[in-house]
Amino acid sequence: MSDIKLTAKDFVSDQEVRWCPGCGDYAILKAVQRTLADVEAKTENTVFVSGIGCAARFPYYMKTYGFHGIHGRAPSIATGIKLANPDLDVWVVSGDGDALSIGGNHFVHLVRRNVDVQFLLFNNEIYGLTKGQFSPTSRVGTRSPSTPHGSIENPLSAALVALGAGAHFVARGVDNAQKQLVATLTRAHAFKGTSFVEIFQNCIVFNDGIFTEFTAKDKVAVKQVYVEHGKPLLFGKDHALGLRIKPGTLSLEIVTLGEQGISADDILVHDETDRALAALLADMNGDKLPIAIGVLYCKPGHIFEVEIRKLVQRESSGTTSNLNDVLRAGHTWTVADT
Amino acid sequence: MPETPLNAQIKSPSRQTLESAVVRFSGDSGDGMQITGGQFMLATAVAQNNLSTFPDYPSEIRAPIGTTFGVSAFQINFGSRVIKTAGDNFDVLVAMNPAALKVELAGLKIGGIILLDVGSFQERNIHRANYEIDPRTDGSLDAYRVIELDISKLTLDAVASLGLSKEKGLSKKEALRCKNFWALGFVYWMFDRLRTPTVDWLKTKFAKRPQIAAANIAALNAGHALAETMEISDGLSSFSVAKAPNIEPGLYRTITGAEAMAWGLAVGAKLADLRLVFCSYPITPASPVLHALSHMVEHDIVTFQAEDEIAAVCAAIGASYAGSLGVTSSSGPGIALKGEALGLAVSTEQPLVVINTQRAGPSTGLPTKTEQSDLLQALYGRNGEAPIVVIAARSPGDCFNVAIEASKIATKYMTPVMVLSDGYIGNASEPWLIPDIDQLEKFPINLHKEGEYFDSTVRDEVTLARPWAIPGTPNLEHHIGGLEKSYETGEISSDPQNHQKMTDLRAAKIDGVVRDIPDQHVESGADSGKLVIVGWGSTYGPISRAVNNLQEAGVDVSHVHVRHIWPLPQNLGDLLAGFDHILVPEMNCGQFVKVLRDQYLLDAKGLNKMTGQPFKIVELEDAIRAHLEAAK
Ligand code: SF4
Repeated sequence: MSDIKLTAKDFVSDQEVRWCPGCGDYAILKAVQRTLADVEAKTENTVFVSGIGCAARFPYYMKTYGFHGIHGRAPSIATGIKLANPDLDVWVVSGDGDALSIGGNHFVHLVRRNVDVQFLLFNNEIYGLTKGQFSPTSRVGTRSPSTPHGSIENPLSAALVALGAGAHFVARGVDNAQKQLVATLTRAHAFKGTSFVEIFQNCIVFNDGIFTEFTAKDKVAVKQVYVEHGKPLLFGKDHALGLRIKPGTLSLEIVTLGEQGISADDILVHDETDRALAALLADMNGDKLPIAIGVLYCKPGHIFEVEIRKLVQRESSGTTSNLNDVLRAGHTWTVADT
Repeated sequence: MPETPLNAQIKSPSRQTLESAVVRFSGDSGDGMQITGGQFMLATAVAQNNLSTFPDYPSEIRAPIGTTFGVSAFQINFGSRVIKTAGDNFDVLVAMNPAALKVELAGLKIGGIILLDVGSFQERNIHRANYEIDPRTDGSLDAYRVIELDISKLTLDAVASLGLSKEKGLSKKEALRCKNFWALGFVYWMFDRLRTPTVDWLKTKFAKRPQIAAANIAALNAGHALAETMEISDGLSSFSVAKAPNIEPGLYRTITGAEAMAWGLAVGAKLADLRLVFCSYPITPASPVLHALSHMVEHDIVTFQAEDEIAAVCAAIGASYAGSLGVTSSSGPGIALKGEALGLAVSTEQPLVVINTQRAGPSTGLPTKTEQSDLLQALYGRNGEAPIVVIAARSPGDCFNVAIEASKIATKYMTPVMVLSDGYIGNASEPWLIPDIDQLEKFPINLHKEGEYFDSTVRDEVTLARPWAIPGTPNLEHHIGGLEKSYETGEISSDPQNHQKMTDLRAAKIDGVVRDIPDQHVESGADSGKLVIVGWGSTYGPISRAVNNLQEAGVDVSHVHVRHIWPLPQNLGDLLAGFDHILVPEMNCGQFVKVLRDQYLLDAKGLNKMTGQPFKIVELEDAIRAHLEAAK
């Protein structure tokens, strides 16, 4: 079986998909199945782990191993799986409430440890499954059943949190940009360590259109910059716009090619190994500056479960000690048969 | 003064023979009382006495020096007869400062011996211990035999004879720190203990700083020598406690409950032929289990210090799901946090071992004090109907057996098993006959490898366990989770009848564990009669001693000690029904007694204590007598 090349369809389970019609999750599901086929993943070696929320239904729809856990705790379950068997290919699927609110602690520590999993955060800036309450990524003023007067809290930036926690791979995608998303997921899959991918996902029922300011067809070119390592940070119609460090500051600004003497050489070239640049890119929110999509940061580091295995191997190699010896180490005495 | 050879036991004609004795070492947290007590225990074990210890830590991490709440103590009961507890009141008190004297005096037997370091009895220290006036002057010690020595100065003198100085690697502060070993040497003389094991221990412990080892050994020897002199000149009492007869022959060591638990888990995993993945978050008094296992990586044991209690249990669940033996360990507050995840393990039918080293609650409570108040939490502390198996360890060494049994049941029935230990048995130590692991029965698990992952026929007919199909196995890809699952397919189902069926199945599966549980036996006494004392967990020692004492006095009383809290042994109800009265001593407000009354409709009565301290034998004896009196 493993010799036959699987197609995206081979990753589709027999379970009926229960998301609302028109939900952005469908497109992400498709992109993930496509990616798995492209990277020639094996169904038996692939595990999808989730917590609670709309996104957390994801494992049921995959014809792979799937563990639907409890709210916020998918990173911990995934860590346990990798501790038991580092060879498994583990994907964590989470949402903004699941990963950043109830599971914020586990998210931060998964990333900090750099456990080798793909972590997909479906960010729709709302609680869908519980019917529309504001979430930790909801913008100030979000009206919801629990904030009828508009939310007061500041939202957090998932990508900045990940970077702050020491993430080694931070990327972004959009549910309706299938090709880019597959490319980003493919990179995430290839990366060894926690690959964090924030995916802007439209909740058609409770938060419809929250991202249209940069996902609408006519906005993509001017409000998104698709970043690629080694390439200039160009965007806009015909790539007429670019990003550069605003002279005398530590911030980015938009410049127009050919205006005020700006040439292609003035445009900042994306270096995905530069954490400071990644933070600047992650901080762009589509308001004054475009939103950055693609692989913002990628710099391998040591991997938690791999280091543990190395430690076990180092300590056990050459030792002839068994558990009987452990029990007999230290001071012992013999009571003779009388 | 002639120095007695280290390994010589002195057969002084004046030594008084004792069947057993209780010694308590007490001092400031910084005085090294736990080490002192631990060494005395070792020497006592080597003398082949039976023994039981009780390390009593202060609840403050760094209490101000000299205060009563900074007092740290170590109590040991040892003898030539069977020893079941660390002893009620003590015969000898070593008090390294006024605060220790203040805290401990009430526990000393009238006529008991106090070894007092008067070097610490400065005005300031006396005041810090909340004494109005110096207790040595107000007659409050008249009922005891007080040995007043300036141990601090004697220690400095002894160490000075080595000619060490700060420049030669030993500061005055470090020299003074040897005073616990001076006191230990003194007590060694009193009880005729060998110094060799302690000297060896010091040499190994301070292999990198031989000056420290030498200083401590000098202090130990000086204390020993002075006692010898004082016996002759001052009539210092000295004792001998004979070897305990009828000790099962074999190789022994001392073991704490935490060590026994750690090793039991390691051995349990080995017998199941699984990797142990132990996931925990630091908490008093459970952390020593994590520490012990962290030293065992070379045996393919993975320990994971998680970011919190919930992460710890979830990682353990993930590890079990992926084919290891997942274990999590904590104390009551941590177990409360793990509650939801335990429900997940029930719903997804994961083999999981959960250790609860109980402490006094509620909330943060008294972290260093002991209680048995998490029994109902273990049985019922989850949302929904989420039955699990609960087993309780009765002594430090028993933790080893219980951990192995838990591993076996968890993997055989695909269920969480909670092991109840407590702060008392976790920290206490006792001599332990070291088993040969190769002689223990293996219980290799059966991973599901072939066919379908799941259909209605795939459950084990007897145990009702689901198949354990781990990721990485071809053709068994499946979905699992906390949502209710179809009995037929294992996929999610919200069918009402199915939920009833699955609820019944989960209960029946746990009830069925009774097949693997031995019938309840009577610990001592007749198997029916006037009164039975029913205990569980760490009350084993005091109950069995109290009951034995009463039996010797002709009282009709039996002792039943329950290990399997859930499911209960099959015959327990009938057994207890054979007694006119049932008394259940517990370090809680009556939790097990509730279960017994509920399960068997028996008129069991509780005997409850909530002081954070174990039962004293005499307390139990008095209560049992009073109970019998009232029942007349
Ligand atoms: S509620 Fe929103 S996020 Fe959830 S399935 Fe429906 S559209 Fe998707």
